[in-house]
Amino acid sequence: MAWGFMFFKPSHSVGERGNPSGLRVTMENAHNEKTTTIKVNYLARVEGEGNMYIDIEKGQLKSLNFGIHEPPRFFEAFLRGRKFSEAPDITSRICGICPIAYQMSSVHAMENALEVKITPWIRKMRRFLYCGEHIQSHILHAYLLHAPDFLGYESSIHMAKDHPQEVEHGLQLKKIGNEIMEMIGGRAVHPINVKVGGFYSAPSKKAMRDMVPMLDRACDMARAATKWVATLPFPEFERQYTYVSLHHPDEYAFNEGQIVSNKGLDITPAQFNATFEEIHVEHSNALHCRFRETGACYYNGPLARFANNFDQLSQGTRDLAREVGLDRIVSNPFKSILVRCLESFEYCKEALQIARDYEEPDSPSVPVHPQAGEGHAWTEAPRGGLYHHYVLDDEGNIIKAQLTIPTSQNQAMIEDDLRALVPQYIDLPDDQLQWKCEQAIRNYDPCISCATHFLNLHVKRS
Amino acid sequence: MSEKPKLAVWKFSSCDGCQLSLLDCEDELLAITGVITVANFVEASREVLPGPYDVSLVEGSVTTPHEKELIQEIRKESAILISIGACATAGGIQALKNFADVKDYVSAVYAHPEYIKTLATATAISEHVKVDYELRGCPINKEQLLEVVIALLQKRRPNIPLYSVCIECKRRGTSCVMVKGTPCMGPVTQAGCNALCPAHNRGCYGCFGPMEMPNGRSLGNWMIDKKMAEPKDLVRMFRTFNADAPAFKEAGNSYEK
Repeated sequence: MAWGFMFFKPSHSVGERGNPSGLRVTMENAHNEKTTTIKVNYLARVEGEGNMYIDIEKGQLKSLNFGIHEPPRFFEAFLRGRKFSEAPDITSRICGICPIAYQMSSVHAMENALEVKITPWIRKMRRFLYCGEHIQSHILHAYLLHAPDFLGYESSIHMAKDHPQEVEHGLQLKKIGNEIMEMIGGRAVHPINVKVGGFYSAPSKKAMRDMVPMLDRACDMARAATKWVATLPFPEFERQYTYVSLHHPDEYAFNEGQIVSNKGLDITPAQFNATFEEIHVEHSNALHCRFRETGACYYNGPLARFANNFDQLSQGTRDLAREVGLDRIVSNPFKSILVRCLESFEYCKEALQIARDYEEPDSPSVPVHPQAGEGHAWTEAPRGGLYHHYVLDDEGNIIKAQLTIPTSQNQAMIEDDLRALVPQYIDLPDDQLQWKCEQAIRNYDPCISCATHFLNLHVKRS
Repeated sequence: MSEKPKLAVWKFSSCDGCQLSLLDCEDELLAITGVITVANFVEASREVLPGPYDVSLVEGSVTTPHEKELIQEIRKESAILISIGACATAGGIQALKNFADVKDYVSAVYAHPEYIKTLATATAISEHVKVDYELRGCPINKEQLLEVVIALLQKRRPNIPLYSVCIECKRRGTSCVMVKGTPCMGPVTQAGCNALCPAHNRGCYGCFGPMEMPNGRSLGNWMIDKKMAEPKDLVRMFRTFNADAPAFKEAGNSYEK
């Protein structure tokens, strides 16, 4: 007997965990109508755990849910009473894949609350650090988690048997992203050098200059990665999105700027809650973000940054984008993998420039004085906007914390994509349809371990 | 020729950072998959091979009724079970709920508390099943991970130091940050990070958990005496990523009054 069935229970058993490739149940009901339910309880190759349910009745999509059953970890609750200075270290533990995003949103929100002005050196080195995280996260996603879908492999380990050079190439580029993070952050997972007000220490000029040849090589590698990814077979699928991202007139926005959209939105991070709302809906039982006024969902992440900040990319990246057939608006979400590679190319070049120009600072941080206040920040995590909001008492202790994560912001759009995608591929055999849906979910690089807000999905079976 | 050992990676309540350390072995990853069959690693692969497994790596802490059952099944299917990281070895940051009223936590975060299924505590894997080895760290050190997996497959004791971060500071020639008045958990924290924080001019914050035979009270009292910290600061210092590790828990509780 297959081990998977030995512990089989209706949900959440080892057996189902042992079978992420899905369960298919076909039933004839009283009216002799064929109902198919595709149920994937452990969605593979995402960071964290999610599930998906599709009900098809008489060849029509009846209902569909993408859910997340990451156990709640209550960050917003236990941050209360902690010191403002603890937020970057604590919130980074929300996600081991994008800890810098949490550190960046928390330090900028705290500096907003405490009226701290950082130096140009700190600002630049935060960009350097974020470049590292985006490169490692994007390349991890593109090569190890997403590319296997396009080529029909179960994983990058399987893919490596036929494409050893490509996988090796991806691993080496990812490693360079990690090395950038280690240089200024101390380590790649949960870096230790970031604090409210700047950094604890500064790298030496020699250490930064020594990175130049490696970063120079990284630019070539990212260019090659973009060209290779451009050769993947992309499913035909076009969507009209409202793209929401940070925007800054002088740079490809990471940490500073306005929250904008391609439909005219232009707000400060402090206006986030007046513009967006997170709703706790019963049917999917997970917080969804949407526009407060219209209830519409929106896209955030690489395609949104690309659309809103195309003019802030370097000429070289814009040329490379056009070479691989992309322009400002990318409406096929399956091409997000290509935009991730283009962004990685941009970030490699920026990191190289920073390493070349680097000078040691007089001080790696500015003084910070605790006071009562309220602060907001939106920074661009690899997979989209990460909004932090804190209220502090006069000793700088946290009274209230709100963390709105990229995958929460994208969750409604993921479902919306799937509702549009399934009818297009409804004649595919179930296993292929399921895989196509998984691939579409992975377009968003959903980082489900960001467990601040994610809940179990309650399933209604037909 | 014997069959390749089967490795499974399991996730409980966590941030994924420790299992990411496996994918961060960029130089070794393809070599590892040449000698070990990755039989279950959902973060990396759709393919899942049935158990039993020679080695299971378990990340995360037990925080839901479902996880409580799941760990029992995983234990049955695993010849060797290694818990990796602060969540799996001490409950992790989410074990802060063990010091609070979980109902208050649920209603602070969620609009509909009735939808939430959560245990009152976040606990280490070893509180539920027998664990063959506990690898510390928030996050773990990837070289230590490779050492533990290889050692246990070779049926030898892993070469993982249990002494304090202070030894690592001395070894890399970092002068003590406490001399400059910076509070540091290094004297009571297990080595493994290569004394990263003091080398970056900050105090250790204890992410590898208590060293062998730590004396948290002694360190805390010394910091109070030197006016480096007040009791309320010490409560916070002991209650971070390894708050529920017995030695840190005891020390933290003692300063709460």
